[in-house]
Amino acid sequence: MALRDLSRQAWMWKILSFVLFFGAWEIAGQIPISLSFPTFVDTFVAFMRMTFDGSFLGAYAQTVQPLLIGVLISSFAGIACGVGMGLWRGFEWCTLVIFIILQAAPVAAIIPLITYLYGIGLTSKVIAVVIMSLPLIVLNSYKGIRHTHPSLLEMSRSFQGSRMQEIMKIILPAASPLIFAGLRLGVGAGFIGVVLAELLITPTGIGDLITYHRSVADYPEMFAAITSIIVLAAVTLTGLLKLEVFVRPENRAR
Amino acid sequence: MNQVAEKVSNSADDTIVSVDGIAKRYEGGVQALKGVNLDIPAGQLTTFLGPSGCGKTTLLKIIAGLLDPTEGEVRIRGQKVTGPGPDRSFVFQDFALMPWATVIRNVAFGLELSGASKEERYEKATKYIAEVGLKGFEDAYPHELSGGMRQRVGLARALAVNADIILMDEPFASVDEQTRRKFQDDLLDLLAIEKKTVIFVTHSIEEAVYVSDQIVLLSRRPGKVANIFTTDLDRSVSPDEVRRQKNYLDSVDEIWAILREYLQEDESAAARKVRG
Repeated sequence: MALRDLSRQAWMWKILSFVLFFGAWEIAGQIPISLSFPTFVDTFVAFMRMTFDGSFLGAYAQTVQPLLIGVLISSFAGIACGVGMGLWRGFEWCTLVIFIILQAAPVAAIIPLITYLYGIGLTSKVIAVVIMSLPLIVLNSYKGIRHTHPSLLEMSRSFQGSRMQEIMKIILPAASPLIFAGLRLGVGAGFIGVVLAELLITPTGIGDLITYHRSVADYPEMFAAITSIIVLAAVTLTGLLKLEVFVRPENRAR
Repeated sequence: MNQVAEKVSNSADDTIVSVDGIAKRYEGGVQALKGVNLDIPAGQLTTFLGPSGCGKTTLLKIIAGLLDPTEGEVRIRGQKVTGPGPDRSFVFQDFALMPWATVIRNVAFGLELSGASKEERYEKATKYIAEVGLKGFEDAYPHELSGGMRQRVGLARALAVNADIILMDEPFASVDEQTRRKFQDDLLDLLAIEKKTVIFVTHSIEEAVYVSDQIVLLSRRPGKVANIFTTDLDRSVSPDEVRRQKNYLDSVDEIWAILREYLQEDESAAARKVRG
């Protein structure tokens, strides 16, 4: 009963914050704060039109491909690499520094180099996504493994758990909150990577929609395209949050 | 009274754990233990008591096989300890429960690691959950339980693997006083049924005297055995009456007198350091 009240309240707050945000947007567009800043209503209309006339569908068919391939590569390779670094000192020594440098590097500056090496096709875009997301996933997974509570490891040893059991039953579940945090950050960075690639390498997909509508001064359409990618990223990250509950079911009760 | 006397005579020469010349020096040079010799009788509750930092927990973990001694060896029924084994189970000070697992999975975890079928291990776990008084909490998660209840889960897990020796590292240290007393009585009742050898680490004199058959007093670092007391309490009476018995009060006083000496030596050593 009380719980339902609480969740209803949470919903009300969420809706209220959307109303406030869109209201402020509408007012800012009405003033207008800039000639290139459309109102919320105009943007919403453009958004609906682009949804139903197939422009979004066509654009995302192109954008999602490098994004999905890149994020999948980063997730599997990143978790494997981070877990490996957390478990074996030798592996940590030879790889940790690479990812720390990658994480610190301004990737937009590297993208022209990628284009030079791999051309303007799918490969370059996938690489842009991977470069953005991989270090985050690796470093968080590594941190998660390293922060396993020592007394849980001792507990597993005291019941004669093998190293394999220790990894599968203690270390990985203990690290999973940080691994998932890394995945969320990494997927978010993957979105940045794919948009950067579509803006800087070749204008295709959603990057092309943004560039095109800006060049012809269709600002509501341009903002609708930007909004669409933000919405897609938000929905994806929420989905990941739900997935996490399967691995750490105790969080459902909280 | 008769019961206690019988228990003592039964197991007087029945040594289950022998500690032989144990020394432990940690990396970095801290000498935690030096020349520890000790025989622990089967079927009794033996307490390690001593000032903080005297190596009580280190000694317990060496017996558990979780730490390697620098010198000496521990034998269990004559067999040298080289690591953890099925004859010993450990109860941790911080409970060491997996937060992502339900009570029943935590309790069954020792059996899970040894490859028992899910049916078998859940059946055993259910039995021990009831024995420690947590019936109805099988599907709860550790964060939904109080500290005292979490430690009951830790105890049930240690009992479920049916080891002969249960090693308890300050199990009630993070539990409030009321819960602690209740837990002490429940532990004694449970051990009367389960017939285990228990080695118990504590820094509370009252707790040591109340629960133990035998108290091993360790000296300051590097820890060695300073004294061994056998308490001879009549446990047929109520807990409050036990705490009023002359034997109980005398033992508490006697141990406190020794520990106070250590404390004063520490203080004068610290004072000398300040003056020097």
